[in-house]
Amino acid sequence: MPKRGSAPLDGELLQGTLDLLVLKTLLLGPAHGHTIAHAIERRSDEVLQVEYGSLYPALHRLEDRGWIASFWGTSENNRRARYYRLTPAGRTQLVQQENRWDLLVQAVNRIVKPVTE
Amino acid sequence: MGWIRFLRRGRWDVERARELEAHIDIETDENIARGLAPDEARWAARRKLGNELRIREEIYGMNTIASLDALGRDLRYGVRFLRRTPGFTAVAVLSLALGIGANTAIFQVIDALRLRTLPVPRPEELVEVRIAKPRSRAGNFYGRYSELTNPVWEQVRARQEAFSGVAAWGTTRFDLAEGGAVRRAQGLYVSGGFFDVLGVTAAHGRVLTLADDRPGCAGTVAVISHAFWQREYGGDRAVLGCTLLLEGHAFDIIGITPSTFHGVDVGRSFDVAVPICAAAVINPDAGLTEQAHVWWLSALGRLRPGWTSQRATAHLRAISPSVFQQTLSSWFDPEPAKGYLAFTLEAAPCASGFSSLRTQYSSPLWLLFGLSGLVLLASCVNLANLLLAKASTREREIGVRLASGASRWRIVQQLLTESVLLAALGTAGGVGLARVLSGLLVASLSTGQNPLFVNLPMDWRLIGFAIAIALITTLAFGLAPALRATATPVVQLVKSGGRGGTIDRGHHGLRATLVIVQVALSMVMVGSATLFALSLRNLSTFDTGHRRDGVWVAELSMGRLALPDDQVPAALRALLDRLRSIPGVESVARTAIVPMAGMSMADDIRIEGAATTTQLTYFHRVGPGYFRTTGVPLLSGRDFDARDDVRSRRVAIVNRTFATRLLASPAALGRVFHAQTAPNTWAPYEIVGIAEDAVYSDVRDPVPPVAYLAIDQDQEPDRGPVFLIHSRLSPSVLSTSVTRAIAEVGPAIAVEFSSLSAIVGGNTQRERLLAELSGSFGILALVLSAVGIYGVLSYLVARRRQEIGVRLALGSTRSAIVRLVARDSLRWIGAGLVLGGGLAVVAANAARSMLFGLAPTDPTALIIAAAMLALSGAAATIVPALRAARLHPTGALREE
Repeated sequence: MPKRGSAPLDGELLQGTLDLLVLKTLLLGPAHGHTIAHAIERRSDEVLQVEYGSLYPALHRLEDRGWIASFWGTSENNRRARYYRLTPAGRTQLVQQENRWDLLVQAVNRIVKPVTE
Repeated sequence: MGWIRFLRRGRWDVERARELEAHIDIETDENIARGLAPDEARWAARRKLGNELRIREEIYGMNTIASLDALGRDLRYGVRFLRRTPGFTAVAVLSLALGIGANTAIFQVIDALRLRTLPVPRPEELVEVRIAKPRSRAGNFYGRYSELTNPVWEQVRARQEAFSGVAAWGTTRFDLAEGGAVRRAQGLYVSGGFFDVLGVTAAHGRVLTLADDRPGCAGTVAVISHAFWQREYGGDRAVLGCTLLLEGHAFDIIGITPSTFHGVDVGRSFDVAVPICAAAVINPDAGLTEQAHVWWLSALGRLRPGWTSQRATAHLRAISPSVFQQTLSSWFDPEPAKGYLAFTLEAAPCASGFSSLRTQYSSPLWLLFGLSGLVLLASCVNLANLLLAKASTREREIGVRLASGASRWRIVQQLLTESVLLAALGTAGGVGLARVLSGLLVASLSTGQNPLFVNLPMDWRLIGFAIAIALITTLAFGLAPALRATATPVVQLVKSGGRGGTIDRGHHGLRATLVIVQVALSMVMVGSATLFALSLRNLSTFDTGHRRDGVWVAELSMGRLALPDDQVPAALRALLDRLRSIPGVESVARTAIVPMAGMSMADDIRIEGAATTTQLTYFHRVGPGYFRTTGVPLLSGRDFDARDDVRSRRVAIVNRTFATRLLASPAALGRVFHAQTAPNTWAPYEIVGIAEDAVYSDVRDPVPPVAYLAIDQDQEPDRGPVFLIHSRLSPSVLSTSVTRAIAEVGPAIAVEFSSLSAIVGGNTQRERLLAELSGSFGILALVLSAVGIYGVLSYLVARRRQEIGVRLALGSTRSAIVRLVARDSLRWIGAGLVLGGGLAVVAANAARSMLFGLAPTDPTALIIAAAMLALSGAAATIVPALRAARLHPTGALREE
């Protein structure tokens, strides 16, 4: 049984980051898995490559926690696809995760790029 | 939440599959747009997604509860395995069902008789009011629970302060017919507050109240039971207010009790309840309501809030002197009177009701419970052995699974799941079987004369019991083989592959031990079955001194003729003459009690010229022709005849024991003894004949000193005469002739016709039950042990094919091979018989009181049992041994 409700940024950095990226992407509006992956890749200038093998389990996990919800819809080229949208709980979670990300980035930056007067 | 996800995991997976499919479609579209060929585009999309199944598995893993999923797989695997081996499954399920069924059935009866509380509100408040350990009570006794007299009951009711309500009840049988052949109904006399104290209200109409139970009640009313209502009236409500004929007296039906209420006598039900005051109408001669020496009631009370049975006992003890002082009867001699005044009352908890069956069948039932437990144990041992054999054919499979990383616990779990499946099937069968068996058990204790009713509902207690024993059984037969199967090192398992050259001593040892245990258990069961069977044979072939066949009993009731006292003797003479003139009737005699039917009359007598003052003697009042009819030989002197009537000198015929023990001289004829004809009235009796000893009241008791008195010399008119008839006619012809002959004398005379052997047979119910049930258990045990021996030997022969092949190739004879195989089997059977023989003696010793005419160590019984086991063991040995001897050496050797 997977452990639920644990802090996403604890432990695996990558997984927590993927969650944050997915939530942030969905802030723009509902999207299906394929679009989410593409959006992340495009907006990071192809720096971040999304593994589908991690994306779909991540989507399932986020939905299970109630942060996103899913429904079947029709894609741009008339394909049936499973769409995801952010839930109110997901928005709150997104804010929290962004704050933690900022903290993390600042902390890492303080070590990697010390400020010199 | 987790559960919902678990239950929906299959649907989720389908959703994911569709989602991933959609993903590939979209990606393919894009690839085509980029200029790839459709096939190429789809392949590229698939490559990019990666292993679709792995993604789905990862998501499935998040949803599932691993252990439950494994359980489901194990169950499916188990079902497949059991279906692949239908023979094994059938034997296993059947033996478990028989074992569990027998245990549950006997538990059900024990539970119903001993453990269950009465189906009334707050049964724990109910106590029985009775005399504390009465040493001996003088007087007349009626019914099954004759604890109190009506005067004592009335005193208790008036003086007690411990109870919020008290009630009394007595049992009786009513004749529903207007005359002729008797139709019996089980009757209850109850005090007015009986139903109220118990908290039982009527299902229809009303129950009896205090107003219905007044001394000298004239408007007589009756309440009928639900079962009687259904049986006699087909459940018609119009029955309320109708008239019911009881012993020729009309009663108005005022109510019907609920179907759950069967009275307070556990093991019997009632048909009709009438108020105690009605006893004076129905049976005016017995003095039930007014005499203080007529014991026929039992009392119960409901404790006041806050009172305990101890406190109630203290209170009852305090009021006892005045209760017994007030009710002392002039009927008592000085000695019994002193004992009577010393009686004290007590309150004993009776939440589970009253039951004479409880004491009568307690030890046989516990004994049978023990034996059925042994049957179950034998089934378990047998199954364990069969499972071990199964496991050995699966060694390679288990080895491979262990080698490929399955944990030992995981495999034990899976093997146990198969056992659980077997146990579940066996329990289901067993519970179904128990329903039938417990009903049969009660039916086998019931006789026409003595109908029993035991309420046997199927409820959580029983299901709980069945499940509990199923769990214990599963562990008992499943755990050892499962642990054993996974204990061998992997390498050896995989290498041997189920058909190795050498025999693993460990496996062999455990299985041999199991076979020995099984033979020993069977020996205990077959041994006790033989003992009980011999005991029953002794009892039913015992020379009672009476003629066995062709003796019939006609019990008459002339109460409804309303004859004046002085006309009764003439009516009796007319009946006797009429019966004697029936063609085919050889002799007829009147008697007061039916011999060997458990009835007795005893009193002290004084013998003239004897050293000791008083002697306890049993009486038998009989008319002329009794000895000819029953076939009891007269040794000397004469039979009673027409000369012996109320005006002539009183005469007696004594039995041999009387003559030798009490008179201590052969010259008994002409001696005189004195006996009481009424309280404190002594009369002389001259001994005119000596009869051979014959069983008096119970076959199991030694013959006591008996004095036969001439029934025609009785002063009291006999309105309920009993006739013994010796005839070779068929029962149907005779009963018709007898009923017609009696109707010619008086159509209102009630007749109950039965055979002496049936009445005596009713007294051997307990022995019959023990013999029949332990016999069936014994047969089951024989079969189980034979199956066990056969199974293990077959397995050994299969594993030793090559060894036997080599032996044969090297010139060993076939008989030598048979000996080789049989040697093991004989050793096990021998060890089992010795072990079991010892246990059987211990078990039989515990049941000593239930044996008749033989000792627990009876060598015949032990030899018969051992011989039967040895025979069945030999039969189970011969097949595998011959199979081994017929092996074709080249064939066996080529297999390697």
